[in-house]
Order: sequence, then C-alpha cells, then structure tokens
Amino acid sequence: MIRPRTGVRAALAAALVAVTVGLAAPPARAVGANEALPDPALEARARELFKELRCLVCQNQSIDDSDAELARDLRILVRERLLAGDSNEEIIRFLTSRYGDFVLLKPPLKASTVALWTAPFALLLIGGAVVVLRLRARRTAREARPLDAQERARLRALLDDDGDDGGKGAGA
Amino acid sequence: MIAEAGHFALVLALCLAAAQATVPLFGAARNDAALMDMGRTAAVTQFVFIAAAFFSLMHAYIVSDFSVVNVAQNSHSAKPMLYKVAGVWSNHEGSMVLWVLILALFGAAIAAFGRNLPPALRARVLAVQGMIGFAFLLFVVATSNPFLRLDPAPVDGNGLNPILQDPGLAFHPPFLYLGYVGFSVAFAFAVAALIEGRVDAAWARWVRPWTLAAWCALTLGIALGSWWAYYELGWGGFWFWDPVENASFMPWLAGTALLHSAIVVEKRDALKSWTILLAILTFVLAMMGTFLVRSGVLTSVHTFASDPTRGLFILALLLVAAGGSLGLYALRAPSMRMGGLFAPISREGGLVLNNLLLGTATATVLLGTLYPLVIEAVGAGKVSVGAPYYNLTFVPIMAPLIAVMAMGPLLAWKRGDLAGVLARLAAAAVVTVLVTGTTFAFTGGPVLAVLGVGLAAWLALGTVTELAERIRLFRAPPAETLRRLGGLPRAAIGMTVAHGAMAVIVLGITASSAWQSERILAMTPGQAVEIAGYRVTLDRVERIPGPNYLAERATLTVTRNGAPVTVLRPEKRAFTTPRQTTTEAAIHTTFMADLYAVLGDPTAPAPGGAAGWTVRLYHNPLVPWIWIGAVIMVAGGLVSLTDRRHRVGAPSRKARGSADAAVPGAA
Repeated sequence: MIRPRTGVRAALAAALVAVTVGLAAPPARAVGANEALPDPALEARARELFKELRCLVCQNQSIDDSDAELARDLRILVRERLLAGDSNEEIIRFLTSRYGDFVLLKPPLKASTVALWTAPFALLLIGGAVVVLRLRARRTAREARPLDAQERARLRALLDDDGDDGGKGAGA
Repeated sequence: MIAEAGHFALVLALCLAAAQATVPLFGAARNDAALMDMGRTAAVTQFVFIAAAFFSLMHAYIVSDFSVVNVAQNSHSAKPMLYKVAGVWSNHEGSMVLWVLILALFGAAIAAFGRNLPPALRARVLAVQGMIGFAFLLFVVATSNPFLRLDPAPVDGNGLNPILQDPGLAFHPPFLYLGYVGFSVAFAFAVAALIEGRVDAAWARWVRPWTLAAWCALTLGIALGSWWAYYELGWGGFWFWDPVENASFMPWLAGTALLHSAIVVEKRDALKSWTILLAILTFVLAMMGTFLVRSGVLTSVHTFASDPTRGLFILALLLVAAGGSLGLYALRAPSMRMGGLFAPISREGGLVLNNLLLGTATATVLLGTLYPLVIEAVGAGKVSVGAPYYNLTFVPIMAPLIAVMAMGPLLAWKRGDLAGVLARLAAAAVVTVLVTGTTFAFTGGPVLAVLGVGLAAWLALGTVTELAERIRLFRAPPAETLRRLGGLPRAAIGMTVAHGAMAVIVLGITASSAWQSERILAMTPGQAVEIAGYRVTLDRVERIPGPNYLAERATLTVTRNGAPVTVLRPEKRAFTTPRQTTTEAAIHTTFMADLYAVLGDPTAPAPGGAAGWTVRLYHNPLVPWIWIGAVIMVAGGLVSLTDRRHRVGAPSRKARGSADAAVPGAA
C-alpha cells in the first residue's frame, strides 16, 4: 500500500488500493535506514540506478523517492543484484525483462521512441530554418527594388486610407 | 434551499453566457451600439450569478451541509475552517465552478475596465469570452453539478485528503486558475482580432496587461505548488515532471513566449500573425491542462475524478475551441500585413529566438507528457517519461535561452550590433568566468552544475549591465544616474527584475539538485549525526494530538560547532477521516540553504539495543532561492503591470497612429 508521503499521487492510488487491499498494510519507507549496502561505492551505484527506475505504482516517481512497498522491494532487488556482481546494464536488462520499458524513467531509444527523442531537436532545427528563411525572404522581398515615385504616391494614399480605417475602428 | 438557489444561478449564468456569446457578435457585425453593449451587461451579470453559485457552495461547506453530495464526499465537520473553505475547490465539481467564476471575473473586468477599447473589438472579445463561458458552464451543469442532494444525509462527511490540508495547497488552485483562465483574455482578443482582420500596436498594448496579469498568477500558482511538494512530500524534491505539473508548465512557457512576442507587435508592428497564433495556443494548452487533469486520462497526482463522460466532454470542447480558432487563423492570418522589417541581429531577432526556444521547450514538455498516452493507446507498450528525459531534452533547450537572455535586452531594435553588445558585456563575461572557476575550485563539480552556476551568473550580470547602461552608471554623475533610474519606464524595471529573478531560480535549481547532502539512518533517542557541518541529535519522539489527527513528533536539537542553532520538530500525522498518515517535514532555513528533517517509521530494536526511528536529514543548498526567485519574478511582472502604457488609459488607435508617424521607418 502506498504511503501518503508520496504525495497526492498517493491520494488517488491510495483510494484505489484502499478499496481493494484494505487499510492494514505494513509500513514502508523511501530509502529506509537499514537498506543501505555496506560498500559505499556499491551503494552510490545503487542510488544512481534508483533515480532512473520508476516506482511502478506511483506517478513519475523514481524508486529513490517513493515510499511505496513495491519501490522498497525493487530497491532491495537492485541491491541484491549489485551484491551478486551484476553490471548496471545487466540489472536494467533484468528489470525491463520483468516489468517492460515502463520501469525506466528514461525511455530506451527504439523504434517506438525515436520520435520522442528526436522531435525536440528536429523541431528546433526546423523552427530555426523557417525563421531564417522567412527573415531572408522578407528582406529580399522588401529590399529588392526601391519604390518609384508613382508607387510611393499610391502607398501614401493607401496609408492615409488605412488611417481613416483605423479611425472608424476606434470610433465605431 | 441555498444549494438549489446556487444551482439555479448556474443555469441562469449559462443562459446569460449564451446571450453574451451571440448578441454582441451580431451587434458588432451590424454596428449596432445597443446590441454590442449588451455584452458588457451580460458579462457583469454572469459574473454575479456565478459568484452567487460559488458562494452558495461555499456556504454548504462552511455549515457542513452533508445533504449536498459534494460536501459529504469532500468535507468533514471536524476540519479546520480554512480547509472547509478551500475544500470547495479541492474536488472536481467545485474546482470547475471556481474555473467558470474566474472566467466570468475576467469577462466582467473587461466589461468594467475596457472603456478605452473600440466598442466593436470589446463586443467581440466579450462574445468569445461568452462562448468559453457557455461551454464550461454547460460542462458543469450537464456533467459536474456540485449541488446534487443526498437523501438521507450522512451524519458526517468523508473528509478531505489530509495531504491537501495545507495552506500552500489551499491557495494553489485559485492562483493556478487565475493564470490558466487569464490567458482566455489573450485568446479572446486574438479571435476577435481575427474576426476583425486587424492587429496593430494598439491591439498588443491592450492584450499585454491581461497576459501579464495571468502570467503573474500562473507563476505564483506553479511556485506554490512546487513549494508545497517540497515541504509536504518529504524528500526535498520540488519538481517531478509529473503530467499534472507539466499541464500547468506548458501554458506558462507558451504564455512567457506570448508576453515577449506581444512586445514586438507593440513596438515594431511585426510578428503579428505569430503572436495571434501564440495567444490561441497558450489558452488551448491551458484548456488541455484542464482536460488532462479533469478527465482522469492521466490517473496521476492531483487527479481526483475519472469519469469518461466528463473526459469526452472536455475533449470535444477542446477540439471545437482549438479547431475553430485555428481554422479561423488559417483563413485570416495570410491576409495580415507584414510589419516592420528587422535584421536577424536585433532586439526583434532576439525575441524571435526567445520564442523559438520557448516554443520548442513547450513542444518538448507536451511530447513528454502525451507520448506515454499515445504509445499506450496505439498498443505499442507502456513507457515512462521522467526527469532523466527532460534533463536531456528540455534543459539543453533552455540553457541557450538563458545565455541569450543576458544579451537580448542590450540589442537595439531593427538592427543590433552584436560586437558592440559583446564588448559591453566584457566585464560581465570576465566575472562569469571568475565565478565559474571559483565554483569549480570550491565544489569540484559536477561540471554541468558548475556550468549552471556560470549561466546564472552570466544572466544576472548581463541583466545588471543592461540596467547600468540605461542609467549610465559610473559614466554619468550620480545625480544624472539617479534621474535616469527614476525616469525608467516601469516595464523596463519589471523586465530587469524578472530576468534577474530567473538567474536566482536557475542558481537555486542547480545548487539544490547538485549539492544536496543527505543522511538516512535509524536513530535512537540521544543519538547524534553530522550533516553539512551541523550536528543533529534526536532527543525524543512523542505523541501529540492535533485538531483532526494524532501526531508523532520528533524533537531534534541542531548545533553547529557546539553552539545551538535550532530545534527541529518533524511530525508524522495519522488522520482518521480519511484514514491516512502524512509527514510534516521540519525545515530550518538560512536562506542560503535548508536543513530538512523527516521522521520516518519506527525501526525494529537492534539486538540488545533500544527501538529507534528512521530519520531522514537533507541539506539543500540554495533551495529557498527557487521560490524567492519566483516571488521576485512575479514582483517584476507586477511592476511592469503598473507601467503607464499598460494602464487602462492606454492610447487609442488614433493616438497611436500619430505616435507611429514619429518613428522613422516604422511602417
């Protein structure tokens, strides 16, 4: 059962879980006091991994932050694998084989996520190109040829006309 | 009886909104002053009726009238008064009533303060507001009636989720909605301009104060929400990239872009069509935020209702609003005349870059928020998009924005001199390098965090340089500098303050993310632990009854070099209605850092030892600067809002015409 420290995300989840599971769940905690590995280097690796792994029953919360029982189980699991000498990649592979990509807060790059990873930068490039092209087009369009006397007179007439129009708009 | 009156008032408001949506539009087309004026009357009256409905709902909460379903489900007689009142908008139905109330408030404000607007434009703006109001009122009346009765009435209510019983969260939704809904004014102006077929500097000048006011409220709302997350969720984090947070962040990003592009329309009569599009998109994003949160499509934080009829209703509403306004845009925008010319290196060019980066950042957040939904909907599995994704996409897009933010204000309009700007920023650059080097020497990394500090320093120094240039600091006699400072337009001061605030926020985010230290351990009474130079001793843990909960409270004495600093009293509260426990972190702030303590669960006694408690201690450097920065940023917005030119007496189109003539080459 989810403990409220996980925030409002717990509000909804707790409401759902409370109905099905009942309220007498044992207490759990985020990165508890007695979980830490004795080897600081290994523990540091564990904490780095925790930040990239999703607490599956929470909303966008990593198992490093979550109070949920399941997050605690996952933390213990990761620490066990680390103690057994697994590499980070092996642990990630093991977890995704069990829970799917959903467990990773950083989606892996694959066919279904190419758009997710490339779109921001593609958009920036496309947007930048559009801006540059438009600015250039406007400049060449405007600067191509100075207006001749007749055009200037017409422009003045048009501008005056526009001024009247503005008056109408403001006074109507 | 009062609840029925409230319900009736809502229905009347719905009818008024229908009239407001149509009659003034017709009047504007026929140039009929009486019909156009009807919009103002309808807007004010609609506000009065919705306020009546809102306050009758609030009355039901205050007197704990549990014969109203909404009250019975979300309130409790033993709840403190503040949370009875705030309980009105802590649930789906009540929050939607607040939504339409704020919408009507803006409509009434346009009617009351929009005297200088051309009547046809005002009539059309009010009509668009009426359409939005009609749609959302229909949504409330048809799917989310807060006044439903319950027979027999229960003896007591279910209570409010204890995690929401917090002052920060009590005021978070009203500010958020002031922001969301405030952008409806920019939207209404944009649609009205499309109907009229004209956008000019005067239009931008009318739109800006409304946008600025909405932006200030949204900034404050988001800051309150993140502050609440920080002290209530109990592990020192302040932003989760949760879809609901993103839902409020996207309109903020787009609204910030809109604020900047509207400046170009106002000053240079350029970017008109883009600004219209941004005004539409900002409000569409705000409505999408409402959809995401209220439809239950995310089943996430802050989401309390999941009922597909409601979701489909808002989705349909969103599609009609977005489709209609964008369709109108596609029809009318091409006929808009191009405005003033400018070179790529110019103030306008800088603001275009601002819009490009903010636009891409908005799109990135949108993508990250919707991608998991889309992937799941098409059956391609389930993915999570969390903080690591945004760190690799959003942050690299925002970093250059902050870098150029220091330079943009120094560029001249039309044709800027980049070499000249860089020369004027030479001192700032030197100091930035020094700050970055010193930070690296003291902290030893991580490199990205050190660069973040450098970026913040660069922005702060660039902003100060721009101000110093304007007032000719140290280059003119002090009296002249002071006179210039006094003569600065409020909008310019507001910009300086808001940009400086951004530097403060960047620094706070960077330092607290990179240099947080923590101690998580089981402590027995009498035990002490060192963190960031503090010595924290657990004295005792005791049970303390609260108004509607029972607390376990730890007393932690904090000393530094033997001298007492403070006593921290983190609590764990067990509520009975509904049954839930919350943690109340104890925070000692020096404004340079927070010492943050959380009481966890009791631990099993070690063999031969006493039973202990899990205690989590965090030292978060500069974290208060995030919210201090946000408050300063809002202050900057408010200062800008008091600018003479933003005031209600802003010049009419005719006056502006002659002003434009004075600017050579403006046409």
